[in-house]
Amino acid sequence: MARITLDRLRHSYLPDPSSSEDYALKEIDLEWDDGGAYALLGPSGCGKSTLLNIISGLLHPSEGRVLFDGADVNSLPPDRRNIAQVFQFPVIYDTMTVYDNLAFPLRNRGMDSGQVDARVREIARMLELEAWLSTRASNLMPDSKQKISMGRGLVRDDVNVIMFDEPLTVIDPELKWKLRSKLKELHQKIAVTMIYVTHDQTEALTFADQVVVMQEGRIVQIGTPVELFERPRHTFVGHFIGSPGMNILPVEVSDDVARFRGRPVELEGAIAVDQGRTEIGIRPEYVRLGTSGIPATVRKAADIGRHTVVEAMAGDTVVTAITNGQPPETGTEVNLEFHPGQTRLYADGWIATEAGHA
Amino acid sequence: MRTENQRGWLFVLPVLVLVAFNALVPLMTVVNYSVQETFGNNQFFWAGLRWFEEILRSERFHASLGRQLLFTVTILIIEVPLGVAIALAMPRQGLWVPVCLVLMALPLLIPWNVVGAMWNIFTLPDIGLLGYALNNTLGIDYNMTQSPVAAWITVIVMDVWHWTSLVVLLAYAGLISIPEAYYQAAKIDGASNWSVFRYIQLPKMKRVLTIAILLRFMDSFNIYTEPFVLTGGGPGNSTTLLSIDLVKVALGQFDLGPAAAMSLIYFAITLAVSWLFYTLMTRDDQ
Repeated sequence: MARITLDRLRHSYLPDPSSSEDYALKEIDLEWDDGGAYALLGPSGCGKSTLLNIISGLLHPSEGRVLFDGADVNSLPPDRRNIAQVFQFPVIYDTMTVYDNLAFPLRNRGMDSGQVDARVREIARMLELEAWLSTRASNLMPDSKQKISMGRGLVRDDVNVIMFDEPLTVIDPELKWKLRSKLKELHQKIAVTMIYVTHDQTEALTFADQVVVMQEGRIVQIGTPVELFERPRHTFVGHFIGSPGMNILPVEVSDDVARFRGRPVELEGAIAVDQGRTEIGIRPEYVRLGTSGIPATVRKAADIGRHTVVEAMAGDTVVTAITNGQPPETGTEVNLEFHPGQTRLYADGWIATEAGHA
Repeated sequence: MRTENQRGWLFVLPVLVLVAFNALVPLMTVVNYSVQETFGNNQFFWAGLRWFEEILRSERFHASLGRQLLFTVTILIIEVPLGVAIALAMPRQGLWVPVCLVLMALPLLIPWNVVGAMWNIFTLPDIGLLGYALNNTLGIDYNMTQSPVAAWITVIVMDVWHWTSLVVLLAYAGLISIPEAYYQAAKIDGASNWSVFRYIQLPKMKRVLTIAILLRFMDSFNIYTEPFVLTGGGPGNSTTLLSIDLVKVALGQFDLGPAAAMSLIYFAITLAVSWLFYTLMTRDDQ
């Protein structure tokens, strides 16, 4: 097990990249503690799989270093980095039994058969695969196959990190949930560093202690699920996390006051930056339909079970609010009230208010 | 009343007619000949299973069948591993992929009798490029019209040249369908190159290789044109394969009865071996 440091990593798939557009990864600096559960979250094509493949050694970065416990592993091939990786769809050795599949990484490293047997049985018990040990792996269902893929990573007790590259993509929804909690449970049991790549916020937020949000080859924010939800550092995070995402509304800033459609909006704290494109960000959870506040017209109201999602038009800007109780009729005139402690200013996408005390 | 289903027969009728005329009718004609004797004049006499017994006991048939089996087994042993090896060595992406594919497909596009004629001229000791080079430059005594060994080598080399590509293309198709993640996982699991071949590439190629072997077995077992044009079955009878012998009996001697019986035995062997092989290879696919 190891602490993983990424030191000024850059990667381009082009032979000689010139502008920053050519880089799939633009300058990544990151520190991952030993034994943590991390998630790499971002939309498709943001560079998260590239980053993963660089850590595992399947890709060689154009610039920068990967360090395991302070030692540079850049020149080591994947099998010498002592890592495990679980891929998007299950990779199993078709002709082997489940037992042989699990034993494969150990046998390749020349472990004696007694030890192999003990490890394989232990992991099979953890993953509830014991009953199928002598079955041919190709005859199993996709979720069991994915368990075997995970098992091949878990079976080695010397792994530095186990990486999951969207491992639940091909799994049925209900089994997805089961496998995810299994994974969480395993992490608590064996305390090995795990990095989980996904574009699904629910998966990331339920699995990880720390979530790294990526966009266009950059890390936009690192934080606990609560931090990401409560105080996004960038409008992208606000929009990407949460369902529906954060409201991002254009405002004008003058004399330390932000004005939305001409009306002053109270913010969480003092304005630090007032240059560039200014917007306020507020979660729909903190927008109330009240009696005073910004006038708007209800465009759509959807009952999603415990809540109602209301879309209202303030001029030509859509504002989403989550409310309890009776959904308003379409066309109703309402007033939108923003919770001041949860209203933040963003300049050119980045947060521009000082943290408040709300 | 469910009359609407009856119309379906109309749609399968063309296929039935086609199959009847190009397979069933000729096959039944052969069956018909195989149990009769004729002395010309369109007169036929019932012969029962006499021709079958005669053929199965005939030393000439045994010899042809032996040569046929030797030929088929030899080319399979050479073409299948060679084809797989070439497929493994071919690039998976880039500019060379289409180049390699076209080069591989070329021999398959040449008509069979042209292949025979090409190799015939190619190996002539006096004017053929290969024949002349072997005899006069390298000093190896090589003349396939005189030496049975030279004739056999030529027939086999010609078949390898002509048909290995088929195995290559099928194996290559199997190889490129393997997702990259398998190779990555194997790397992480510390698998050797041999393990990657044994546990990933070979299992993933199993289906296409089954088809490749089946096609090569059937085609080589029924091969006629190329050796006929190349050696004419000679020198002596040394390269008289089963089909060449069959044509000699049927058209050379015009022994319709024995030829028909021989055809049916020939057909039965091809069918039985193919069925057995296919059944064994797909046994645990369910």
